[in-house]
Amino acid sequence: MSEFLQQLLNGLSLGAIYALIALGYTMVYGVLRFINFAHADVFMVGAFIGYYMGKLVPENTIWGGLVVLLVAMIGCALLGMLIERLAYRPLRGAATLNVLITAIGVSLLLQYSGQVFFGATPRTFPAVFPSVNFALGNLVISSNQVVVIVVTALLMVGLQLIVYRTRIGTAMRAVSLNPKAAQLVGINNDIVISFTFGLGSALAAAGGILYALNYPSIDPLMGVMPGLKAFVAAVLGGIGNIPGAALGGLLLGIVETFVNGSQWSTYKDAIAFAILIIILLFRPAGLLGKVSAEKV
Amino acid sequence: MVFPSLPLSVSICVHLWLKMLSVKNLEVCYGAISALRDISFSIETGRIVTLIGANGAGKTTTLRAISGLLRAKRGSITFKGEDITKLPPHLIVARGLCHVPEGRMVFSNLTVDENLAMGAYLRRDKAKIAETREYVFSVFPRLKERLTQAAGTLSGGEQQMLAIGRALMGEPQLLMLDEPSLGIAPKLISTIFEKIVEINQSHGITILLVEQNANLALEISHHAYVLETGVVAMQGPSPELRNDPELKAAYLGA
Repeated sequence: MSEFLQQLLNGLSLGAIYALIALGYTMVYGVLRFINFAHADVFMVGAFIGYYMGKLVPENTIWGGLVVLLVAMIGCALLGMLIERLAYRPLRGAATLNVLITAIGVSLLLQYSGQVFFGATPRTFPAVFPSVNFALGNLVISSNQVVVIVVTALLMVGLQLIVYRTRIGTAMRAVSLNPKAAQLVGINNDIVISFTFGLGSALAAAGGILYALNYPSIDPLMGVMPGLKAFVAAVLGGIGNIPGAALGGLLLGIVETFVNGSQWSTYKDAIAFAILIIILLFRPAGLLGKVSAEKV
Repeated sequence: MVFPSLPLSVSICVHLWLKMLSVKNLEVCYGAISALRDISFSIETGRIVTLIGANGAGKTTTLRAISGLLRAKRGSITFKGEDITKLPPHLIVARGLCHVPEGRMVFSNLTVDENLAMGAYLRRDKAKIAETREYVFSVFPRLKERLTQAAGTLSGGEQQMLAIGRALMGEPQLLMLDEPSLGIAPKLISTIFEKIVEINQSHGITILLVEQNANLALEISHHAYVLETGVVAMQGPSPELRNDPELKAAYLGA
């Protein structure tokens, strides 16, 4: 039983990170109907901003950790908006395939620029948050897991408030539902899309910091695998659906952790993706997605 | 309209002021195909003007070009004396020109309340927005009963009411309606058209109505333009056009 709870806890904290990244994929898909492959590399940049910021603040303090988190989120929000402005906005109205290929291009650009500027050698991420282990019966809880779960929960509540309670959030949903009608009520779609990229990228940065806290070796290609998993999580939950992305992320994290702790641990990625395939066979639009005909 | 008793310059000014919208030599293309070849018409303040014509004549394209969804290749669009030809849609809405698109395009997952709030997206004055809301409810009481319902769950007629209500929330001076009778129960069509007349008369909102149901459109409008494959084929006061034998044969099914 305690073994089960322990794995569940580990899975939740891994899944929370996937969920944070998946939200960015799903929000951008919601407003622009394409997969922003560069998103995983914004996650990586977030971790590197955290690495450099971590040297400027005292280690092992909560406020130091929060400052690092905040700076990385702001930095990546700006980066995300810049990418949208320079790479995707000129392609507004172009075929989706062109935008997809551009996204892959931006992704490679970030990865290899990262190798030029940060170097290809993995670096050790500083312990920006205090790191202790608590024992709860037979359960071992690390403070990093608490940080991951608390920060993710707060960010998701914040996101929920923005999307459902604010004017710009309602505008985001309006653009996602019908971009033409959104323009006709006076919404400037470019601003809403830019905001969406900023928001998604900030969440990716938070994901990057939290990931690096738990797996403290970072390098410019570190975004590839978590990015792919988060993309899977977004599709699993129903791409374009915000609660779906959160659910998909948590589910994937838990499954992966359980498989990892079993005798089939070698095949953890294969099993995670097999589950995706099986779920999509039965629910092609994802767990919370609605089946809808592609618009022509 | 001529004002013989006034000096010429004043007469021209009054004339310009009375013109809510004027479209000159408008040409719009989809790729290599030109949908509008040469469209010119104007709308006087306070009137209901209708564009009628067969499928593919360019009615919807005309409205989309006016509201900025489509770019004009040639020609000009002047609203309240200002050239709006090259403005993006949100700036055109800001000037008081609202477009109720074909197929209604309500935000289906948003509630009726949120749809109306989005209609007032560019307005900041909460008291005035609340006033407009009350006005919308007075025109369409049904919307008040459905406030918390998702727009996608409304009937076709109710969605049309919501689409018009949403546009009214933007406080338009010119309201463009694209096929408000499309896909609506026959019983509701007459209600909607009564409401269009009411909006025009009680609030003095100028209306540009695009409609396939030419009989209905000519009945409630003051002036009509008949579009044929991207050009204006005929125009005149609606009561006259209703009795035009040629038009009767072509569009009125008589």
